[in-house]
Amino acid sequence: MISDCLERQYQEIYKERTVKGRHLIEPGNFTIDELDKLFSLAETIMKNPDSYSEVCRGKVLATLFFEPSTRTRLSFEAAMLRLGGSTLGFAEPGASSTSKGESLADTIRTVASYVDIIAMRNPKEGAALLASQYSDVPVINAGDGGHHHPTQTLTDLLTIRTIKKKMGGLTIGLCGDLKFGRTVHSLAKAMSRYPGNRFVLISPPELEIPDYIISRVFKPAGVSFSKMLRLEDVIGDLDILYMTRVQKERFFNEQDYIRLKDSYILDTEKMRLAKKDLCVLHPLPRVNEISPEVDSDPRAAYFQQVKFGMYARMALITQLLGCDGGKK
Amino acid sequence: MNVQKIKDGLVIDHIRAGTGIRIFNWLKLDKVPFSVALIMNVPSGHLGKKDIIKIDNVIDVDYSVLGFIDPDITVNVVEEEHVVRKISLTLPERVENVIKCRNPRCITSSETTIPHVFQLVDRKRAEYACQYCDELYRAGIGEFL
Repeated sequence: MISDCLERQYQEIYKERTVKGRHLIEPGNFTIDELDKLFSLAETIMKNPDSYSEVCRGKVLATLFFEPSTRTRLSFEAAMLRLGGSTLGFAEPGASSTSKGESLADTIRTVASYVDIIAMRNPKEGAALLASQYSDVPVINAGDGGHHHPTQTLTDLLTIRTIKKKMGGLTIGLCGDLKFGRTVHSLAKAMSRYPGNRFVLISPPELEIPDYIISRVFKPAGVSFSKMLRLEDVIGDLDILYMTRVQKERFFNEQDYIRLKDSYILDTEKMRLAKKDLCVLHPLPRVNEISPEVDSDPRAAYFQQVKFGMYARMALITQLLGCDGGKK
Repeated sequence: MNVQKIKDGLVIDHIRAGTGIRIFNWLKLDKVPFSVALIMNVPSGHLGKKDIIKIDNVIDVDYSVLGFIDPDITVNVVEEEHVVRKISLTLPERVENVIKCRNPRCITSSETTIPHVFQLVDRKRAEYACQYCDELYRAGIGEFL
């Protein structure tokens, strides 16, 4: 049974549609069934990449990055190249016509005439939805300001599914800046769609998760959650720990920062308190919230996560283009 | 205060006091050639005080916008000086180009030609979300376009 009441609405909206030709603007655009199929395909590609190395031959991906992002852009480009397709695009707004005053809508209409699929990052919230309204080809939101970053969510979900072998019945700790972190919000929404998940929200009061996540996501779905101040008090209960960076400038009071800052840094001492099969995730880039000494711990999955991200994007591009048959 | 009866037209009644001018401006009633009246702060048993707009002509009104501004409004349709129909309003599911999204990070702040669309997300709390950035607004409150 799917716990999110919204799931029924998604199922209803998309029941007549296939994934081919669709846009991915927010994680909720895909139903649980569609996500399962996408992750199954990603796992198949992972096991046998050669079978998929030509499926997008002749197809072109545009990577339109109106703000810099090395990791996500390279992940998309690597995904398309490994599928046999080609890429074009720009990595900063100065290289696009918007710097001459062209509207985003016009840029998208133009680019959509050249390519088969678009991955776009733009600092404005809702930019990806706007792009999808003016594009004849699928648009993938590669981040629209602090709003959505659905392929990071796909990455996180695929990592959890691959490592934990299940998506429900997990105790998930979200740690750090839960107020401004879009990846945390998307993950909370996405994992609330699976039954039996419980959240532990570990943050300073200044950086607590927004009320709307509690009132619109957790409560309607009947998801259990608790708020904690210190990671060390709860790390032993967690199956998954999703770390984010806490920045000093987010605190109103420097004394609170000094008192709490070490609680949000994951080190070997805290890892000693954790379960043997804890899975530590981080959307990266990491600054100092995870000590480098933790990297060699087998429970640290954040670099594997990067690789899963590429496979998730490979599966996504393949499905949106309708090329998911593999080598015949 | 006496305002002459209207022959054929509309009476927009039970407007929350202070909101009448907003509806008056939205309907562009300051530019019409026929008689109109905006009566403010009328004593009301139910509301305490209310505003009323009388329009001495049958005009096309987007009732969904009126419902968004104030769902408690009633509209009386007058023919031959008699009320022939009362229209009750509700919150519409969607409003377009009524209010402006004030989130400076929203794409609507830089793409000036796109419509400002808001979807009803919580009827009980009368909350609408910008379709682009999800910024929340209470019905009837905000910067009108």
